[in-house]
Amino acid sequence: MTQLALVIDLNVCVGCHACVTNCKEWNTSGPAGPMVDQNPYDKNPTGTFFNRVQTFEVGEFPNTETVHFPKSCLHCEDPPCVPVCPTGASYKRKEDGIVLVDYDKCIGCKYCSWACPYGAREFDEAQKIMKKCTLCVDRIYDKSMTEEERRPACVRACPTSARLFGDIHDPESEVSRAIREAGGYPLMPEWGTSPANHYLPRRKIKLRIRHDEIERADNPLKIDGLLPKPDKAEPALDDVTSW
Amino acid sequence: MKPAFSVIFLTTLIGAGQGLFLALFTAESYAAFGLLSPQPTSFYALGSACALLFLAGGLVASFFHLGRPERAWRAAAQWRTSWLSREVIVLPAFMGTVFLYGAAHGLGVNPALARLPSGAPINLTAVLGAAGTLLAFALYVCTGMVYACLRFLREWHTPLTVINYILLGGASGFAFAALFSAWALPGLTRFYAGWALAIAFIAMVGRVAALVRNARLKPKSTLQSALGIKHPRIVQKAQGAMGGSFNTREFFHGQPDALLSMVKWFFLAFAFIVPMALLSVATVSEAPAPSLTAAFIIQFAGLLAERWFFFAQASHPQNLYYQSVA
Repeated sequence: MTQLALVIDLNVCVGCHACVTNCKEWNTSGPAGPMVDQNPYDKNPTGTFFNRVQTFEVGEFPNTETVHFPKSCLHCEDPPCVPVCPTGASYKRKEDGIVLVDYDKCIGCKYCSWACPYGAREFDEAQKIMKKCTLCVDRIYDKSMTEEERRPACVRACPTSARLFGDIHDPESEVSRAIREAGGYPLMPEWGTSPANHYLPRRKIKLRIRHDEIERADNPLKIDGLLPKPDKAEPALDDVTSW
Repeated sequence: MKPAFSVIFLTTLIGAGQGLFLALFTAESYAAFGLLSPQPTSFYALGSACALLFLAGGLVASFFHLGRPERAWRAAAQWRTSWLSREVIVLPAFMGTVFLYGAAHGLGVNPALARLPSGAPINLTAVLGAAGTLLAFALYVCTGMVYACLRFLREWHTPLTVINYILLGGASGFAFAALFSAWALPGLTRFYAGWALAIAFIAMVGRVAALVRNARLKPKSTLQSALGIKHPRIVQKAQGAMGGSFNTREFFHGQPDALLSMVKWFFLAFAFIVPMALLSVATVSEAPAPSLTAAFIIQFAGLLAERWFFFAQASHPQNLYYQSVA
């Protein structure tokens, strides 16, 4: 069984909102109709988005870290939003695990959004139906595109490759390996929703270089016990600081 | 959560309608077993019409909650998994039964369908009334479970939610039955006022139990589990939208805590204490109609406040992602 998902690397995300912009551009132009905004050029602009990037500051000044946190539907393996839908408009695809809304069946009762602990669903105030991330289902199977292009719009847009896309049930996929090897974790595991999307934590990356590694190990003069000439601290005429 | 007035009116109105029907059939059952003198059929017919008015009012209110009301018929599809879908099926079924019950009484069509071993007849209205009673309780359970089944809305995820929907609707319905009988059939007024008083008292116990439970709840989700970052101090700097979003509108009631606390005391007084006092007066009074009218209206206002509080008090875990609003 396939379960497509995103893996988002919080260590790499720089909070540029390119994923948000490209998601909106792709999904507002599609056959499913626009994702309408209210007051787009006015005070308090608002509208429907499938993906948002939030920013958090972790720690106490001066020891703080800024964490940019992209947030979209997690395509739970046990999605609580699906069984509560009275019309069956909300469903999870068997073949690839994507949770979708059938816009033609949705009655706009918003019950599914109450049933999602992550707040991943957004009500479209113009079309009066519930919308959510589709994992670009109209893109990833489009044979008219090259294989490189058959990935979600947000993944394509990310300049730092903070977003990975693939099948988390395939243990050898890029996403499975990332989850396994970089400590990928789900959000709010306490509710047992088994989110398919995972997040990779912040990592402290340190380059450990020993002192002997920055000096020429094959310097015969040092082996003989003589100090390098001229001394490393002294200015040299060329690039050779010690011989 | 942001309380939606459509849902507040839906749940309070159908609750009263169900309670009123239960009240009517209670009197008929008492009469069938000779515990009350038989009532004229017009009383039941007119009472059923009142119950239908409440139910229809609730049904109309519910349509205002839908973004696409023209597709409402689709909501009956997922009865296997969705309590909302079950509610959508049971409500019209119950209304139909109430209509048939009222019509059978109104038209005087009430043949004995079977006989008990003792020889007592089982009439058509008894069968319809029993079916209606089952459906009324099924509808209470559906309405309550719509909220109680959402496990991460922990203020709702308790059997008390369903119990209180039954008790609050029942109290309101019996209070209306007392008021209705004061005009239509004064002989039953004391009977209904007593019932309404008892149910209102049990409802108060149930609601206070829910309040006490909810006051002791500790949140299961934290900002740490929502982000997966294990640091005690996390401050939100941006929430991904400048002018708010569906997430900041739908899940916050936007009122100060002081108002919430005021509404709580208001509904405790108006849904329970004051109506109970007025119902007590009515049970001993020679002319109970004014105090019963006041009791029903005040209690209904209290129940509207109760339902508003019920929604406002529920805190959705998604609010963790919107700290600046929360």
